[in-house]
Amino acid sequence: MASLKDLRNRIATVKSTQKITSAMKMVAASKLRRAQEQAEAGRPYAERMERMLASLAGGVSGGQRPRLMVGTGKDDVHLLVVVTSDRGLCGGFNSTLVREARRRIRELRDAGKEVKLLCVGRKGRDNLRRDYRNLIIDDVTDIGKPKLTFDDANGIAGKVASLFEAGEFDVAQVIYNRFKSAISQVVTSQQLIPLSLDEPPAEQAESEPSENGVGKAVYDFEPEEEQIIAELIPRNLAIQIYKTLLESAASEQGARMTAMDNATRNAGDMIAGLTLVYNRTRQAVITKELIEIISGAEAV
Amino acid sequence: MADTTAFELVSPERLLMSQDVEMVIVPGAEGNIGVLARHAPMISTVRPGVIEIFGTRSAEAERVFVAGGFAEVTPDRCTVLAEEAVPVSDLDRSEIEQSIKDLREDLEDAKEPAERTAIEARIVVTQAKLAAI
Repeated sequence: MASLKDLRNRIATVKSTQKITSAMKMVAASKLRRAQEQAEAGRPYAERMERMLASLAGGVSGGQRPRLMVGTGKDDVHLLVVVTSDRGLCGGFNSTLVREARRRIRELRDAGKEVKLLCVGRKGRDNLRRDYRNLIIDDVTDIGKPKLTFDDANGIAGKVASLFEAGEFDVAQVIYNRFKSAISQVVTSQQLIPLSLDEPPAEQAESEPSENGVGKAVYDFEPEEEQIIAELIPRNLAIQIYKTLLESAASEQGARMTAMDNATRNAGDMIAGLTLVYNRTRQAVITKELIEIISGAEAV
Repeated sequence: MADTTAFELVSPERLLMSQDVEMVIVPGAEGNIGVLARHAPMISTVRPGVIEIFGTRSAEAERVFVAGGFAEVTPDRCTVLAEEAVPVSDLDRSEIEQSIKDLREDLEDAKEPAERTAIEARIVVTQAKLAAI
C-alpha cells in the first residue's frame, strides 16, 4: 500500500495538473471568442465576392473561363490540402482529421488516382509523414501567429495556384474542421479547383430581386469580363482558403477548450478519489498506532 | 436631400465602411469612376489609388487609399472589395519613401523572375501610395 507521503505527493501533482488544464481551458475560451469574431468579420468579403462571381460567371462562356475555374479537364492527380493545428492538446481535433485524410487517400488510390498532399499545420504533417512521406509535396507551418492574417491564406493560395499552373495536379480539395459549435467540429472537405459555385448562376439571378427592373445580365464590365474573372478567380481561391483557415482556427480552440474542460473534470475526480484513500490510510495508521500503544500498556 | 447610394468598403479581414453616401470616386482600371445613386450596374477592377467618399453631411471628401481590388456598382449600392485600405491621413511620406527604397534594393537582389514581378507589383502599389498624399 502507498504510504501517506506518496499519496500526498500524488494529490499535489494532480492538483497542479488541474491548475494547468483549467488555465489552458480559459485561454482557449478567450482565443475561441477572438477566432469567432475574426471569422464573423471575414464573412462580408466572402459573401460579396461570391455575389460578384455569380454575376460574372453567367456572362463568360465556357471556353473563355480561366483554367483555375474549369480545371484541366482531367481527373488523374488529386491534391489534398490538409488543414491541422501546430499544437496538440486539443482532443481528437487532429486525429479525426488525419483519419479522414487517410481514408480519402486510400479511396482515391483504390480508384487508380494519384494523390499529392499539402499539409498545413505541424501536427497533420508529422502524422501523415509516417506513411505518406513521398506524397507530401509541401507543408506550411506556424501560420496565424500571433494572429491569422489574409496574407497567410494568400501565401497558401499562391502555392496551390503555382502548383496548378505547373501541371502538378488536376483537382484540389481541402480537408478541414468546420466549426459547428464549441463542442462540435465537423470534418469537411471542399473542392477548390476546379471551382464549384455553391449555386448555379442562373438560380442566383432569380433568387435576388432585381431593382428597377434591372436584371443581372446587364452589368458593364471594365476591363473585359475575361480579364476581371482572371483576376477574380485567384482572389477567390485565397478567400476560400482564408475562410477554411479561420474555421479551422476556431475549431481548434473549441476542441482544446472541450478537451481541457474534460481534463480538469477528470483531475477533480481523481483528486476526490485520492483524498478518500488518503484519509482512510491516515485513519488506519492512527488506529494501528493506538492498538500498538494499548497492547503495549496491557502487556506491562 | 439628394439621393444616396449605399457604399461599402470591405477588406478580406473585415467590413471597413458601410454608409450611405452622395458620391464615391473609385479608381477603376481604365479611369476614375464617379458613382452616384442610380448608376448603371457595372463591375470593374480597381487600380491602386484613392477612393474619395462624399458623405451626406460633410462637404469634405473622405479619402481612403486602396491597393487594388474590385468594385461592383448597382443602381442602389456600390461595393468595393479592397486588398488593403488605409485612410490617406494615416499615410506617412517618409515611411513610404523608405519602403520604396527598400523594395528597390530587394529588386536588385532578387533573381527569380516570379520574385521580381512580385516586388515590382509592390513598388507600383507603394508609388501609388506616395502619389496619394
